[in-house]
Amino acid sequence: MQWEVVIGLETHTQLKTNTKIFSGASTTYGAEPNTQACEVSIALPGVLPVLNKQAVECAIKFGLAIEAEIAPRSVFARKNYFYPDLPKGYQISQYELPVVGKGKLTIQVPASKNTEAYEKTINITRAHLEEDAGKSVHGAVEGMSGIDLNRAGTPLLEIVTEPDMRSAAEAVAYAKKLHELVQWIGICDGNMQEGSFRCDVNVSVRPKGSDKLGTRREIKNLNSFKFMQQAIEYETQWQIETLEDGGKIQQATVLFNPDTGETRAMRSKEEANDYRYFPDPDLLPLVIREEDKARVSALLPELPQALQTRFITDYQLSSYDASTLTSSKALADYFVATVNAGADAKQAANWVMGAFSAKLNAEDKLISESPLSAVQLAQLLKRIADNTISNNAAKQVFEALWAGEGEVDAIIEAKGLKQVSDTGAIEAIINEVLAQNQAMVEEFKAGKEKAFNALVGQCMKASKGKANPAQVNDLLKKKLLG
Amino acid sequence: MALTTEDIKRIAYLARIEINEQEAASTLTKLSGILGLIEQMQAVDTTGIVPMSHSQELEQRLREDVVTQINQRETFQAIAPLTDSGLYLVPKVIE
Repeated sequence: MQWEVVIGLETHTQLKTNTKIFSGASTTYGAEPNTQACEVSIALPGVLPVLNKQAVECAIKFGLAIEAEIAPRSVFARKNYFYPDLPKGYQISQYELPVVGKGKLTIQVPASKNTEAYEKTINITRAHLEEDAGKSVHGAVEGMSGIDLNRAGTPLLEIVTEPDMRSAAEAVAYAKKLHELVQWIGICDGNMQEGSFRCDVNVSVRPKGSDKLGTRREIKNLNSFKFMQQAIEYETQWQIETLEDGGKIQQATVLFNPDTGETRAMRSKEEANDYRYFPDPDLLPLVIREEDKARVSALLPELPQALQTRFITDYQLSSYDASTLTSSKALADYFVATVNAGADAKQAANWVMGAFSAKLNAEDKLISESPLSAVQLAQLLKRIADNTISNNAAKQVFEALWAGEGEVDAIIEAKGLKQVSDTGAIEAIINEVLAQNQAMVEEFKAGKEKAFNALVGQCMKASKGKANPAQVNDLLKKKLLG
Repeated sequence: MALTTEDIKRIAYLARIEINEQEAASTLTKLSGILGLIEQMQAVDTTGIVPMSHSQELEQRLREDVVTQINQRETFQAIAPLTDSGLYLVPKVIE
């Protein structure tokens, strides 16, 4: 049977604020245990939550960025459960009336072995404000767990999608796009190691063509794209095999073990989850007016979507190229800087998305860590455009620039890569080659097209790769046919 | 909706409240009474009425994002039953 996987994501993004969502305690990462746990964080009796303005602005920014409806009135609710890292006995969250409603995000799924690259729009169901819990530390004292409440009360925006994704690649593409967007609009630092961006992935499978959803299992707390890919692939395979063996999928929460590459169900709770949500009487409804939205909108940078449209109209880039270049602010900035430094836009796009991105990937570097500046890249592209060097030679110069061997023109000079575009010099080479390869010339004249390419190759070789290939082509053709 | 003693025990468990059989029985009567009252209220036509989320017609005030809390760990931990290296200690919990 042909199976189809159906995936939805819930992402917890930690908002970039100085203080907690309901108190003036600092949110700085890595402080000594409980030094940032004030009376609200540890839930002393009688304390009251006061909502952080910045957290609300972050939520509005996100809503605007995904073209969502921002609720004029939203309500905080208590999600009740008992765990030592949640001293109140409930988490303040939003339930029936979240701050951000339905929105959408367009993702770029890269090409794979079997498929071309493509775009897809993922529907976002909602995004709501809530507080994070504290952290349990095990093993420090025998038979006890240590509780650090520094993280308790840290503002989170939980972003929930529709079950719109149909492969691990789509889920990862969505997560990456969202990760870039929240950093782009400055609401999250995106630091996955520190847990600023964590994904829960709901996975189910169904026979291809069916419109009924299968029973889902939720993979919790994935904090790396690589693990997400592995976890979804493993989980999908596991569910298909279970069903094909005549088994049934039980709804469950599972954890991914990076060491084994497997997912494993958490001990099922005796009691089904029953959080008994109800409006928090300590908090009044959050009211957001048109003027609040306008004020926050003015603070937003140009959004990826708008920039993408501008790239298409200003630089005549394809839709796919434009969206790839706007997949991160750093990449878009680098591309614009390259064009502004005098490079041809189409060529700049090719090099930034191609050799440059590949090199960064291979060395696991951020754009900010690139040894090659946009100005240097532009200089290199100008030398291709003015026929000083060939594309092949440019690759060598690129490597040398990356290795920090100096400036473009100096490298071209030092490596002797200057292209020969002088007609006389090229003709001399052609004459020499023709004289030495009479057999090939005969073959060509006898109608063998391939012989022509072989002759071009010989000419290029004779020029040590420096002859302008287009000119060699033209002149050789004239010589043989003329 | 008729409640059973089993429902009462489950609700008590979710709230981590210990109750014996006798208390479960009397709680059943009380909670059933409240549900009965709610059932009566269901008869009222509420079309077009925004559900109330707070008893006062006010809106949430916002706080500027400025650190106002200083570290008071020592004071807070002075009344904690057990602490170690700055951590609050609780009986071991493992998922």
